[in-house]
Amino acid sequence: MSLSVKTPPVPPARVQPPGRPRRAATRGAWLNRLDLKGSPYLYIAPFFLVFGAFGAYPMLRTIYMSFNKWDLVNERTQGHTFIGLKNYVDLIHAPYFWNAVQNTFGIFVVATVPQLAMALFLANLLNRGLRARTFLRMTVLVPNVTSVAAVAIVFGTLFQRDFGVINWVLHFFGVSPVDWHAYKWSQWTAIATMVDWRWTGYNTLILLAGMQAIPKDLYESATIDGAGQWRQFWSVTMPMLRPTFLFVTVTSIVGGLQLFTEPVIFNNGYNVLGGTRREAQTLTMYMWENSLDNTNKAGYGAAVAVALFLMIIILALGNYLLVRRTAK
Amino acid sequence: MTTGKSSQSGRLWRASPLTYVALIIAALLSLYPFYYMFIIATRALDAINSTPPPFTPGSAFFANFGRVLTKPDVNFWLGLRNSVVVCTVITVSVVLTSTLAGFAFAKLRFRGRNALLLTILMTMMIPTQLGLIPLWGMMLDLGWYDNLAAVIVPFLTSAFGVFMMRQYTASAVSDELIEAARVDGCTTLRIYWNVVLPAVLPAAAVLGLLTFMAQWNDFLWPRAILTPEHPTLQVSLGFISYGYYTDYSMVFAATAVGTLPLILVFVAFGRQIIGGIMEGAVKA
Repeated sequence: MSLSVKTPPVPPARVQPPGRPRRAATRGAWLNRLDLKGSPYLYIAPFFLVFGAFGAYPMLRTIYMSFNKWDLVNERTQGHTFIGLKNYVDLIHAPYFWNAVQNTFGIFVVATVPQLAMALFLANLLNRGLRARTFLRMTVLVPNVTSVAAVAIVFGTLFQRDFGVINWVLHFFGVSPVDWHAYKWSQWTAIATMVDWRWTGYNTLILLAGMQAIPKDLYESATIDGAGQWRQFWSVTMPMLRPTFLFVTVTSIVGGLQLFTEPVIFNNGYNVLGGTRREAQTLTMYMWENSLDNTNKAGYGAAVAVALFLMIIILALGNYLLVRRTAK
Repeated sequence: MTTGKSSQSGRLWRASPLTYVALIIAALLSLYPFYYMFIIATRALDAINSTPPPFTPGSAFFANFGRVLTKPDVNFWLGLRNSVVVCTVITVSVVLTSTLAGFAFAKLRFRGRNALLLTILMTMMIPTQLGLIPLWGMMLDLGWYDNLAAVIVPFLTSAFGVFMMRQYTASAVSDELIEAARVDGCTTLRIYWNVVLPAVLPAAAVLGLLTFMAQWNDFLWPRAILTPEHPTLQVSLGFISYGYYTDYSMVFAATAVGTLPLILVFVAFGRQIIGGIMEGAVKA
């Protein structure tokens, strides 16, 4: 593009420095064109350089690694050996891998379904003429600004068997103390609670933003047609909210399947087995166990990473198609 | 929510008392774990065993936090300092590179612009953990194991930041203003610095806050590449909760101190942070 084809601009907002020396016209024009054509690439270069080196390259390398026997520490001296699909064959036959798949999806479902229902409910409540609006929005979001490590430490104590607050509350309902670390269902519940506590408010605000973008006259005509609040929610809010809801579910899938910190710290912080019988070892923890903790198995760990990646893609795509189909 | 009341003729539904009750319950559930954390952090160790659980603060906070500092293997101050350094460097870099790239994508025309922007959008959907293992190996090769560079350099730019600033710059800076500056003889870099940056400052500030908080809270990667000898705050906290889990008062005192800075930031800028999150949601 060149300047000459533009319509005359409005008067300059910034005053031209009066004593500015005029460059030779041709050289100035040449520099100007270079600035216009070349500088954009310079401005976007930092992102692509950093992402290329520390984002794209490691991701592609993961795929390459997964077809090799790979020792992460001794790679430079010993090199690696191509073994084809062996890592993936081992993966399919590894009970601990399937255990991790089960845990990851189990926790994801136990966490996400109630979380999205609660977020919709709260967003619908916040989408009204309220006093103390900002305060109420801040209180639902504040869990999200806490570190996951801190959340896991506090909830680990709340879920203690002998003196934890959760068991104390439950005893009013006649429930005898639960050893939350002892079973799969209890670990999943405790971890899902942490995830939901931290993320429900965030998703509430995203959904609220989507609700507020819905044109108000849709509700007005629904009111004229005699639709009550509940009916309006299902016939106006939900259909109009579909793009936002899709965004929320996809980010929940991408984030939820990568779950790591909560189960690690809930199970004593420094190992990635997820409990004495791996009650809560997620796929990311299993990947970690087979790469960073056992560096000679890094090729196998890379295969776990690729498998996790494929699962996320399939689930996100399936979700997209599902949400789109319900539109019709 | 099904109070049976029909909606009001105004712009919003009126909130019924039940709405407030539900929202206040949600607020209490949100706040209680923080409250519990500060209670335990200020109480002597035996408080944790009492039933019903304690609901009032004690006066043992300094004793509890003092014990954190006497544990040389925990390196709490070093972790705190490292976190401040890491988050500050990354935040400054992300804000500068994102506003610059956002300006280029929103206001400059160049070949491949749309394709490159689409690439950035797509990178946002890729789960970060896909590259974790080779990245760890790379850091080993670079000699950055247990070195702060390992938790800084890979995060100096942000796809989310570029996209957010592109959206904001496109709507907040008028083309006429940029044309005018150009006719004045401003180079694009001058336009960025004197025209664009001042105009996008509100969004840049929100991006800075979100970046700082996300980095402050990151656990997985620092835990992978740093040791408790040179930790960030979260690595230090993880190590305390593992090594001294029986001393709840001490663990909670450390956790409270590590959480407090973010809560203060949130109380001060909560309105802007909420605005940023909600605006981003509509535009995305």
